[in-house]
Amino acid sequence: MKFKAMTAVAALLLSVPAMTLADPDEDSLAINGEIEMVTETAAPAHLSDTLDTIYSGWRFREDETQALQMDDFDNPGMVFADLGLDQWNKVEGEAGKSCASCHGTPEESMKGVRAVYPKWNETAGEVRTLAMQINGCRTENMKAEPYKYTSGQMTNMEALISVQSRGMPVDVAMDGPVQATWEAGKEIYYTRFGQLELSCANCHEDNYGNMIRADHLSQGQINGFPTYRLKNAKLNQVHDRFRGCIRDTRGHTFEAGSPEFVALELYVATRGNGLSVEGPSVRN
Amino acid sequence: MRLSTLTLAATLVASGAFAAEPVAPADVVYTDAGAIEASLSGTPGNAEDGVKAFSSRSIGNCVACHEITGLGAAFPGNVGPMLDGVGSRWSEAELRGIVANAKLVYDGTIMPAFYKVDGFIRPGNAYTGKAAETLEPLLTAQQIEDVVAFLMTLKDE
Ligand code: HEC
Ligand code: HEC
Repeated sequence: MKFKAMTAVAALLLSVPAMTLADPDEDSLAINGEIEMVTETAAPAHLSDTLDTIYSGWRFREDETQALQMDDFDNPGMVFADLGLDQWNKVEGEAGKSCASCHGTPEESMKGVRAVYPKWNETAGEVRTLAMQINGCRTENMKAEPYKYTSGQMTNMEALISVQSRGMPVDVAMDGPVQATWEAGKEIYYTRFGQLELSCANCHEDNYGNMIRADHLSQGQINGFPTYRLKNAKLNQVHDRFRGCIRDTRGHTFEAGSPEFVALELYVATRGNGLSVEGPSVRN
Repeated sequence: MRLSTLTLAATLVASGAFAAEPVAPADVVYTDAGAIEASLSGTPGNAEDGVKAFSSRSIGNCVACHEITGLGAAFPGNVGPMLDGVGSRWSEAELRGIVANAKLVYDGTIMPAFYKVDGFIRPGNAYTGKAAETLEPLLTAQQIEDVVAFLMTLKDE
């Protein structure tokens, strides 16, 4: 299933090595011993041709990395959610408002928000990622400068908003007004980019559980974003991750915030429908 | 005059007599089964250089996907099959074809084509994420020959 079917001849010639698939581990995730996370569940119906089960990327990480996400005191991403709270309360822009002026506390108003983004914005008539909505509020309601799409300020704010939904199932819509964008995202997911001619699916659908050099391939789910990575010791915005993965195909990447990545984010988010919101998660 | 020199050169290349211009990626002749009969560089491959190209991240990086017993590469991948005994399973011409463009042997394979310069979607300038200006094949003609020479040493016990 995860190995591309080989030609019959090759399959006969090859004694396929005893599958050394290192599948996701069996660990379970409860944050601070109380917020139970769904890290494995039945794949959403739209994936029924290709996957039976979806897994959080947490299940593919080493125990030490996993442990960092199990307790908020150990999770380096939580510091940034705190910085996000300072930004939340800060008055900026010509309207003289902060996020708090309109939304009160994040606990009151932001529960469940992360779980349904990207989603359709009726007024703007477009699919908005959470980052776009944050900037929409800044420019339209606060009359303040937008954050740079993958900046620290953006990921801080995303982390703060995500925390309010931790443990809730990702539930991103793929039909109605978002459908055309969703289809475009799906097309990108299966396109083999770059000189290495690799699609997202080649690595994250056909080969999750396998090792590509030192990396244990996950399903490339985005329920954990923004993600604190040990590799660069900061919170990573999902479009930065997409850029990194396309760069690794020796490909010419799309820009963060581009229509292509918005569509891809919508599509990939729906591949994780049913997993828990985990952000800020910890990965290597 | 020019023609006959070329013919002479080709004859000498075929007999491995001396180094000539490598065959450009677009000019490679594949058999229907995806094999390449003639040497790409005209110079016999060197198996030791082949090991280096196979294992080095900055050259072939074949170990990203393949393991070989005793190669001693740290963290080999397992996206592709184990290559022990591969020199007994395939002829030199077949291995040359697999390394140059595995897609012709295995339809839709994840294995990249190492001697191809066109037909890509959004090719980048190496690993910079920027658009490519000119594209070199992932391996040179000689590196392909070297890797093939190395693979040919991997015989079943
Ligand atoms: C060459 C193989 C390869 C390709 C192609 C690839 N990725 Fe990845 N991706 C990786 C590796 C390796 C990692 C790090 C280990 C892991 O989480 O799978 C990763 C991680 C990710 C993560 C982080 C998962 C987490 O739990 O934090 C996401 C999201 C992701 N990839 C999405 C994508 C998307 C979308 C595409 C296509 C645009 C793509 N990848 C293409 C190799 C690849
Ligand atoms: C991104 C993964 C990947 C990389 C990189 C890769 N391969 Fe492969 N290779 C495969 C897969 C997968 C197959 C099996 C064919 C299939 O089913 O698609 C394969 C098949 C082969 C075979 C035939 C195997 C057999 O047992 O009959 C040879 C030989 C081979 N590869 C050599 C190489 C060499 C040499 C390199 C580097 C120059 C390389 N590969 C790089 C994935 C890869």
